[in-house]
Amino acid sequence: MTEFLYMGGYAFYVWTSIALAIVILLFNVISPSMKHGRNLRQATDLYLLNRNDSDDT
Amino acid sequence: MMKWLHTMASSAWFYRFSGRVIPWLMILFIALLLYGLYGGLVLAPADYQQGDAFRIIYVHVPAAWMSLFIYVVMAVYGFIALVWRIKLAEVLLISSAPVGAAFTFLALVTGSLWGKPMWGTWWSWDARLTSELLLLFLYFGVMGLYAAIEDKRTASKAVSILTLVGVVNIPIIHYSVTWWNTLHQGSTVSMTDKSSMHIDMLAPLLVMALAFKVYYGIALLLRTRTELIEREPNSKWLKAIIEEKIND
Repeated sequence: MTEFLYMGGYAFYVWTSIALAIVILLFNVISPSMKHGRNLRQATDLYLLNRNDSDDT
Repeated sequence: MMKWLHTMASSAWFYRFSGRVIPWLMILFIALLLYGLYGGLVLAPADYQQGDAFRIIYVHVPAAWMSLFIYVVMAVYGFIALVWRIKLAEVLLISSAPVGAAFTFLALVTGSLWGKPMWGTWWSWDARLTSELLLLFLYFGVMGLYAAIEDKRTASKAVSILTLVGVVNIPIIHYSVTWWNTLHQGSTVSMTDKSSMHIDMLAPLLVMALAFKVYYGIALLLRTRTELIEREPNSKWLKAIIEEKIND
């Protein structure tokens, strides 16, 4: 296990690469998901607002 | 009228379809990623010249392939958007750009992390590295141009043209290692010739490449449905979806 983590002396380079890949991949899924939630909430608010307006008339 | 119906239907259809497909792609991606990383980091033997540092290729090479692949796909969307004026193609193009930029950045940084122990330098202005850096700037250019133009139909047109012009960089990147005498090594994996790589090393690399392809699918669908809402917050199809959600 220690040997595996040691990566023949290249631990820093190998593990930084893997970690960076995971961070970048996660970010590119999480950020649009959050934005999607936000956009959908805004659109829902807009929809409810318009519906209530038309109910009044 | 027909055109209007067509776009309305396609946005709605795409939104629903992507919502259903994303969870399955997610499962497939995680399975491929875990298998690819396990194969690359544990099962594959150390390289006889590069030792364990070669394992960086399991991120670097698929990321670099994706950086080219996504750009070519964007050019295809750009062509479709310009010729047939299909809105969904415009949204797919702009939604691909950040994913392509992310893979290009990843390819550049992991290349640097490999170059330091192997070449003794983080960076060299050789043809392969320089043209790949140019690709990153092209992605940024596409994103910046789209953000800068208020009307999104006009922005899409401009971005489609820029993408199509920039596509000349793709063969330059691909053939840079054969056309010029580069520090970057030539390709090891080839579609036409026998790959000069042992199967235990090659298999995880191909699995990682597939995992990244699936990932592009996920990220693209997520961004596209987000962008669809942003561009059409008042549309009929979105209202129908919101009604369904409220009634649930």
